[in-house]
Amino acid sequence: MRRRLPEWFLLLLPAIIIIAAVVLIPLIFSLYSSFTPYKLTRPSTLWKWIGFRNYERILEDWKFWAAFGRTVLVLTIALNLEMLLGLGIALLVNKVTWGQRTLRTILMFPMMFSPILVGFQFKFIFNDNVGLVNNVLQSTGLSDAALPWLVDGKLALFSILFAEIWMSTSVFAILILAGLFAMPRDPLEAAKVDGCTPWQSFRHITLPFLMPFIFIAMTIRSLDVARAYDIVQIMTGGGPARRTELIWTLMARTGYVDAKMGLANAMGYVSILLSIAFTVYFFKKLSAARAQLGMTG
Amino acid sequence: MTEVTLNNVVKRYGAQQAVHGISLDIADGEFVVLVGPSGCGKSTTLRMIAGLEDITDGEVAIGGRVVNDLPPRERNISMVFQNYALYPHMDVRENLGFSLKIAKRPQAEIDQAVREAAVILGLEDLMDRKPAALSGGQRQRVAMGRAIVRHPDVFLFDEPLSNLDAKLRTQMRVEIKKLHQKVGNTIIYVTHDQVEAMTLADRIVLMRDGHIVQVGTPLELFNAPVNTFVATFIGSPPMNLVDGEVTNAGMIRLTDGQEIPVPSAARAGVSVGQKVQLGFRADNLSPVGHGVFEDGEAAELDLAVSLSEPLGTETLLFAELAGIEVQGKMLNPRPVSPGERMTFRLTLGKAHVFDADSTNAIRSN
Repeated sequence: MRRRLPEWFLLLLPAIIIIAAVVLIPLIFSLYSSFTPYKLTRPSTLWKWIGFRNYERILEDWKFWAAFGRTVLVLTIALNLEMLLGLGIALLVNKVTWGQRTLRTILMFPMMFSPILVGFQFKFIFNDNVGLVNNVLQSTGLSDAALPWLVDGKLALFSILFAEIWMSTSVFAILILAGLFAMPRDPLEAAKVDGCTPWQSFRHITLPFLMPFIFIAMTIRSLDVARAYDIVQIMTGGGPARRTELIWTLMARTGYVDAKMGLANAMGYVSILLSIAFTVYFFKKLSAARAQLGMTG
Repeated sequence: MTEVTLNNVVKRYGAQQAVHGISLDIADGEFVVLVGPSGCGKSTTLRMIAGLEDITDGEVAIGGRVVNDLPPRERNISMVFQNYALYPHMDVRENLGFSLKIAKRPQAEIDQAVREAAVILGLEDLMDRKPAALSGGQRQRVAMGRAIVRHPDVFLFDEPLSNLDAKLRTQMRVEIKKLHQKVGNTIIYVTHDQVEAMTLADRIVLMRDGHIVQVGTPLELFNAPVNTFVATFIGSPPMNLVDGEVTNAGMIRLTDGQEIPVPSAARAGVSVGQKVQLGFRADNLSPVGHGVFEDGEAAELDLAVSLSEPLGTETLLFAELAGIEVQGKMLNPRPVSPGERMTFRLTLGKAHVFDADSTNAIRSN
């Protein structure tokens, strides 16, 4: 008689199959292909093992490191500015006594847009000829010439950062606002009686209490920050002349335009390290901030 | 000298008036307890003194200085909150020293003050713990320590013991009283618990619906309540109140026709036909042979005991008098079975008469 599979395995089987199909196999396949010279145009290259040659090429490639460095820079600026702006917005909204619910809903609008739409929107806003920004600058006389918002390297990075921050500041604002709502009122009153000015109360009482919420937002954002690909791709496509090339646009270009999928996958695995590093860093900060407040776990 | 003066202080929230023109003089070093049922405005009054609530009208002065428009930090007060309000991210040492650090005092002075407070409150072994790692009683002691390191002019306590269990509450009550004897500052203390008020206060301010009902020493409130509210609020068990009507023979006729003489202290104040309530405490209603009786006016009542609560040295007896459940006390108790009829002696010299309509006490003088 044939032995039947154990019941627990049968019950788990659908989940195992789905996870294997959508996560495990692509993961293994991409890892494997990063050790091959796999080109989409020549499928047979998938079977040629070249060891770490892709990784060696990446490590020696200044274009990759330029994109890598630019990505770290963009991430650092974006996350910090988003945090500061989100904190400011949350503190202001927390003071609002009338219509706060509506305001909170409006606050979440940017999160509802697809990043591609946001990219298109800002591409239009920063367009040098018909764009909103240049029109305003020129008609108010602040600038006589049209500024090349998306062409000049620095201005283009600024424009991308602007769009990114516009879209994601609300994540911080909402999470920090939740922190403010959860904050007990008593310690603030005690601080007032203890002699704190409003600034000191904020600095010594409110901010330490909000830190875990800020780090939760940072962790979430550092996990999903790869979404910025859409915005960059739409607004500048990493150009002009790679001046706004970020790691994600470089990867997409290598994989789909140059068809070097093996190399692109290798880049992917290097950049995952970046993502993991950011996440681990913020998670550590989060745990430390929670320990500060005497929360366990 | 740090006396606190409230002059016709009013608090309004929109159309709602929470405090109706309270005036009160608190002497330097006095321990004053604001007590009353919830919603009586006692906490609001305290918070106005602290500067955590705006004063709608009237004046609050601390040490002769009107503080209406001063923020809390300029009033030199300390406050202990019901929920302790410790800073969760600081350990005990930092919690205690925080106010001095904010005031930019030298570190040596901060250490000294923190150590002194820790010794007074027995916190030496807990200095490096976070509030989350402390028990309720320990947190309360830290909150008190935080209040005393600053040597404020006035201590404000906002129901500091109501989150503690009964045993700890009794213990902390003693500590607060000791603390007052040690530091001698003016203390304003808010509670809804009349036992706390009685045991702690030099003077009790009993409030209801935003008004002060009576101000006096604990014994004044206990022995001479101005109305039935004070009579039933202060003392445990609450004062018995029995309805009746004054007859022309100087008696109070209860609703069941029984008559009890009007206590001599009220005799000149009542008029024939007046509807009154006769008030007496359980201590003054005891079965014959089981109480402390003073010579003088008394009434004997024959009552059926419905329930007895033995408390050890005494037993609380419940009985019905003219349709109202009254409580009496039996000293040198013996077992009492429900339904047993006993002769009770009511000491009229300690009884009170209240007007049934106004609820005010009727006294001859």
